[in-house]
Amino acid sequence: MHNKNDNVRSEIIRRSGVNPVKCMRCGKCTATCPAFDTMEYHPHQFVYMVESGDIEPLMNSNSLYQCLTCFACVDRCPRGVEPAKLVEAVRLEVIRKQGANHMKPDSIPAMVEEDLPQQAIVSALRKYHK
Amino acid sequence: MQRIGVFVCWCGSNIAGTVDVKAVAEALRSEPGVVFSTDYQYMCSQAGQEIIKEAIKEHKLTGVVVCSCSPRMHEATFRKTAQAAGLNPYMVEIANIREQCSWIHKDMETGTQKAIILGRAAVAKVNLNAPLIPGQTPVTKRALVIGGGIAGIQTALDIAEAGFPVDIVEKKPTIGGKMAQIDKTFPTLDCAACILTPKMVDVAQNENIRIFSYSEVQEVKGFVGNFNVKIKKKARFVKEDVCTGCGICTEKCPQKKVPNEFNLGMDNRRAVYIPFAQAVPKVATIDADYCTMLKTGKCGLCAKVCTAGAIDYTQKDEIIEEQYGAIVAATGFNPISLDKFDEYAYNQSKDVITSLEFERLTNAAGPTAGKLLRPSDGKHPHTIVFVQCVGSRCAACADKGKEYCSKICCMYTAKHAMLTRDKYPDTDVYVFYIDVRTPGKNFDEFYRRAVEEYGVHYIKGMVGKVSPQGDKLMVQASDLLANKQLHIEADLVVLAAAIEPDKSARSIATMLTASMDTNDFFTEAHPKLRPVESPTAGVFLSGTCQGPKDIPETVSQASAAAAKVIGLLAKDKLTSNPCVAHADELMCNGCSSCANVCPYGAISYIDKEFRMPNRTTAIRRVASVNPAVCQGCGACTVACPSGAMDLNGFESAQIIAEVDAICR
Amino acid sequence: MSINSEYKPKIVAFCCNWCSYAGADLAGSNRLAYPENVKIIRVPCSCRVNPMFILRAFQRGADGVILCGCHPGDCHYTSGNYYTRRRMALLFSMLEYLGIEKERTRVEWVSAAEGAKFAATMNDFTQTVAALGENKRLEDLRCKR
Repeated sequence: MHNKNDNVRSEIIRRSGVNPVKCMRCGKCTATCPAFDTMEYHPHQFVYMVESGDIEPLMNSNSLYQCLTCFACVDRCPRGVEPAKLVEAVRLEVIRKQGANHMKPDSIPAMVEEDLPQQAIVSALRKYHK
Repeated sequence: MQRIGVFVCWCGSNIAGTVDVKAVAEALRSEPGVVFSTDYQYMCSQAGQEIIKEAIKEHKLTGVVVCSCSPRMHEATFRKTAQAAGLNPYMVEIANIREQCSWIHKDMETGTQKAIILGRAAVAKVNLNAPLIPGQTPVTKRALVIGGGIAGIQTALDIAEAGFPVDIVEKKPTIGGKMAQIDKTFPTLDCAACILTPKMVDVAQNENIRIFSYSEVQEVKGFVGNFNVKIKKKARFVKEDVCTGCGICTEKCPQKKVPNEFNLGMDNRRAVYIPFAQAVPKVATIDADYCTMLKTGKCGLCAKVCTAGAIDYTQKDEIIEEQYGAIVAATGFNPISLDKFDEYAYNQSKDVITSLEFERLTNAAGPTAGKLLRPSDGKHPHTIVFVQCVGSRCAACADKGKEYCSKICCMYTAKHAMLTRDKYPDTDVYVFYIDVRTPGKNFDEFYRRAVEEYGVHYIKGMVGKVSPQGDKLMVQASDLLANKQLHIEADLVVLAAAIEPDKSARSIATMLTASMDTNDFFTEAHPKLRPVESPTAGVFLSGTCQGPKDIPETVSQASAAAAKVIGLLAKDKLTSNPCVAHADELMCNGCSSCANVCPYGAISYIDKEFRMPNRTTAIRRVASVNPAVCQGCGACTVACPSGAMDLNGFESAQIIAEVDAICR
Repeated sequence: MSINSEYKPKIVAFCCNWCSYAGADLAGSNRLAYPENVKIIRVPCSCRVNPMFILRAFQRGADGVILCGCHPGDCHYTSGNYYTRRRMALLFSMLEYLGIEKERTRVEWVSAAEGAKFAATMNDFTQTVAALGENKRLEDLRCKR
């Protein structure tokens, strides 16, 4: 799997801290995913596609934004793969690539609800940084 | 001073090709202690060995150095040769000038120089060799089997068959183990009881076998051939030799609300009970935790109805002490607790059950008399979901699951699914799998039959969530091949729980000084070549206490362990490797450093009287190595702060002499 | 010190009987060359090697000492190589404190099947030690001829 995506792949793996090779393809992440119906690519596909370097389709998919970052997949994964962190890392790849912000920092506080997942806040901070 | 003979082998051209053997023999002749030196084409041949024998006699040699191939190849050969000539075999040392010299060097000059140095080191070592005599210990010709499941039963039967007495210690009131709870066995589908219970009867009737049921091993002392074991026979408040097993007490006992562990708590038993109809020994047991008489002193109904007069409320725990030559661990397994797997709702719904509970539900002697009914409402389930790998292969959940594959679940799930479809064709059966692992004779064919002939729906994927809704169980799962998420309305969910070693195994391993892996499975002496022996001499492993196994494998391992035990008990004396550690009692200060590092528990401490100045004596604690148990690794020799510990055959002085010879 | 092409460091290798010694034999059977400076001493287990032996070797003019044992978890005696690992960690740090370059000492795990690894290890170790030059710090000058 030595293709031009190798850099993107290793960057995503580095950024997420996830080792997709640990996946044993049981599909429990997808079985547990509450956003399954709206997602084009499902958690187990994220893991497999990142592992095989097939990242373009993921970056172009709206699945990135359908993921609720609820971490159910992380909690249930028997091998400790943490698919949600991969989704987040791919999402960051898109954002950094575009280099453009779509929201003003001022508009954040109103959106921050008490029960907003921490991951979303952190991800938002990264997104609106600079 | 030793009188050493040096014998340099040519090994045809293998050595002589790059080593000038004559020059080596010549150079070593002037080494201290060497009185004779020669070379020959093949030292290991009959003629070569004759040269050694004659030289030993003619030159009155006290030590022999053979410069030849690796000692791993011919050390034993040359030791036998020396012994035949009347020399102690441990006075022979090998200088490895083939594998570690001639074969790796191309130049005659370097090869010869290195061979001389290697020869010098061997001569230096032999100068310090002392004759060693292997120890001999008698063997108690009786074996102990810990655990009375199918593994323990098979091991005991095989040992008894060979004519040696065997004792089985079983902590439950009956032998039989897990196999007694199982309904049918894969891949032949014969009923477990039909093949197990005759074996249990054989055990009961075999004159060479004693069963200590409702008993536990309390203490193990001694070593291979001479174990001294204390067995605690728990009070069952029924005289075993008087009880006829009629079972009247178990029907009359007024305490009816005791969860029946044999049916995994799915129904109740009385406070006095016989676990199941074919129990061996078929003797009632009073459960002291529930018996009203034992708790309050009021009742005594069982004693009144017992025509044999077997009930004895005053019975006490009894300690039995016995000698054994060999011990077999057959402590077995249990399914893991599923309390922490919230996603499967095991604790929320009675209709989420484990596979072992499913066995009891389909067993004719089980709580439903063999009818597959839901534990919650007794209705027939129409949609059943089987989930595999529950807690198995779970690397990320050390607190609740197991990292290993439990091995048996794929096959028993196929069996359950097939039997369900066979008995109740109106049932929809789904099996969620990660991989189907069916290596074994007729195993894959069996699984394929479940799919092809019985129409079981095998779905590659995992169940993510089970949520009870009304009297249904909503199962949310993935179908990876279809890339779908499934929502199944199930009536019954069966979880293939991982298996783990029985909790008692850890304390038994400690008593036996047998090693265990991180999962509490007993470690074998060698994973390939000594799979039924523990690294601790005289301790053998049978069945699932060594690793997950199905019944055929368990039985083969049980018989293999029995064969090893028979081999041991057939000997009158055990000869031990004389290259063992020994303590210089004058230098030992009894600090226990050596015992702490000994992997075999070979070191104990004795109080010994020493003569002191002015005709007084003093008693000091000193280390004492049991040569029958010591395997000669030498860990203690380095741990000893006073240098009192040394290792026969590899004494510190000998190794230092080798170092000096090499660095000279 | 300039590296003299004639200079041949003296290297003592302690090999455990069950894995590394067999690995060395395998290297020989496969005719995998490694320098003749390496002389092997057979011990039952790597845990038999007393730090004293290593000090003695340095005292007697050895330029490098390498200790080979079974891979962790594979010890014939179950736990011997774990003791070795700890003891040598201590000894080597003490030697470093005394000014002995830590490259002169090494612990390596070589199984009975790793003949190639044994040869490669010895080649590498000899080169490393040769580059460091003669060991002078611990040498007992009285042993010098």
